[in-house]
Amino acid sequence: MSDQKKVNRRDFIYTASTVVGVVGVGAAAWPLIDQMNPDASVKALATTEVDVTSVKPGQSITVLWRGKPVFIKRRTENEISEAKSVSLTELKHPEKDEDRASNPEWLVMLGVCTHLGCVPLADKGDYKGWFCPCHGSHYDTSGRIRKGPAPTNLEIPKYEFVNSNTIKIG
Amino acid sequence: MSEHNYQPKSKFGKWFNDRLPLLTLANHLTDYPTPKNLNYWWTFGGILTFCLITQIITGLVLAMHYIAHADLAFSSVEHIMRDVNYGWLIRYIHANGASMFFLAVYIHIFRSLFYGSYKSPREIIWILGILIYLLMMAAAFMGYVLPWGQMSFWGATVITNLFSAIPLVGESITTWLWGGYSVDNPTLTRFFTLHYLIPFLILGLVVLHIWALHVPGNNNPIGIDIKKPSKDTVSFHPYIVIKDLFALLLFLILFAFFVFYSPNVLGHADNYIEANPLVTPAHIVPEWYLLPFYAILRSIPDKLMGVIAMLSAILILAALPWLDTSKVRSAVFRPLYKQFYWILVLDVLILGYVGAMPAEGLYLLVARIGTAYYFAHFLIILPILGKIEKTTPLPMSITEPILGGSLNVEPARNNENTQKL
Repeated sequence: MSDQKKVNRRDFIYTASTVVGVVGVGAAAWPLIDQMNPDASVKALATTEVDVTSVKPGQSITVLWRGKPVFIKRRTENEISEAKSVSLTELKHPEKDEDRASNPEWLVMLGVCTHLGCVPLADKGDYKGWFCPCHGSHYDTSGRIRKGPAPTNLEIPKYEFVNSNTIKIG
Repeated sequence: MSEHNYQPKSKFGKWFNDRLPLLTLANHLTDYPTPKNLNYWWTFGGILTFCLITQIITGLVLAMHYIAHADLAFSSVEHIMRDVNYGWLIRYIHANGASMFFLAVYIHIFRSLFYGSYKSPREIIWILGILIYLLMMAAAFMGYVLPWGQMSFWGATVITNLFSAIPLVGESITTWLWGGYSVDNPTLTRFFTLHYLIPFLILGLVVLHIWALHVPGNNNPIGIDIKKPSKDTVSFHPYIVIKDLFALLLFLILFAFFVFYSPNVLGHADNYIEANPLVTPAHIVPEWYLLPFYAILRSIPDKLMGVIAMLSAILILAALPWLDTSKVRSAVFRPLYKQFYWILVLDVLILGYVGAMPAEGLYLLVARIGTAYYFAHFLIILPILGKIEKTTPLPMSITEPILGGSLNVEPARNNENTQKL
């Protein structure tokens, strides 16, 4: 294109109408895209309260939250000390155990492997924590990734102790 | 193409054809000149068309009885199996039909690889074929989710989680695909909609695939350009039609064997357990036709890189016409390529095997070597081979090796000259 060519009214109208057209198509497309995001009824189920009175040390329960399993594990002294004794340099995704379990006895985390979303099996694998049977990720007693393809530790959801026996997730 | 001056014989035909040239199209399709040396590996195009039509018809019928809801899908499939008249037959044809479709498409793809059908001037046909193959995989995956069994649910979970490997936006994309925070009812209903849509997209691409084929015409086992129509060609009807039908008949024997004698052998028993979001089956394995890619995914110990490797393994095929630098199409005249071709076939079969095995120990090692070789074949071996390989002389025409005469000297000469460059 030559530089001397003057921009005339026709060029301006052409560009302007194209821009308006693109914006209009985009605005029309957005509802069609956004309708696939979680709807109000899905979002409404965003918190779950769990009574953990009956869980004894060493036991763990699995509850459903937002359609995903959540592991609530009451850890033994051994498991806690093992989780605390690991040096951060050995970890693929370094996180202190204290930051993952504010009350060291209770470990609350999503039971969803961070690789491709399978449910890991408890008390299995090389680090006595969790083992994902799908693609072989090993997690330790703090739910941290130690070996295998998973990129990060098992996710800790937002939760709080409503009282000493009840945990509210979400 | 030569027959566009076709004139229908009847007066009405003439009147109609002047307004919508359907009869010209039909005439083009029947008279279409086809290389006379096409072997049985060339019958899979017709077989694939049959597979697509079968899937669409049986799928349409199944959709009349299936209920796309997380609470009802599993029992509606059992309802089809037990209550609906011939429901068992239609569902088994549809489920095994998917496997037969992939079997045929793999033979079709490997036929192209052997005879160099992807090379100039047929690159667009090849790329359309890759797009069809990608859509087939999407349709098969979503179809497998619909019965809402354990493999359905966890297969869907694993595959949709592949998108979470995308940096920054991965999580949002996965949530958007699910319509929730996990695979659930919204996921099922959209998968059903897309599973219904995709076959018609494939049908559209098949029309383009055949259209693009009819511009240069078929490649052939010796891979030389031929004059059309000539002594080297026969008309599509009746010669190729009958040959295709006979091959289809043989193919249907295999198809019927699976449908009637071992309808579940290609599936997984776990899929007869209703989906349970709290329990992952001990071994999540995709359907057999996706296993080589699954092995590639698992062979890389990093989530994002694994996903990239798996996608590249498919997309690299689209670049094949430019990666293969040899001017000679058919492997018949490429003594080295012929050997590497069979190594690739073996490599893909091995990847398929280890994809079905647990990802540990020796299996993992084999998967890694197999993955490395797969990429090396396309990225290193083919580009170099085209430059250094000494090909054997090409015949002048299809008839020449038999009759000795040179009936179509001109086009074949061109081919030979380029080969010597």
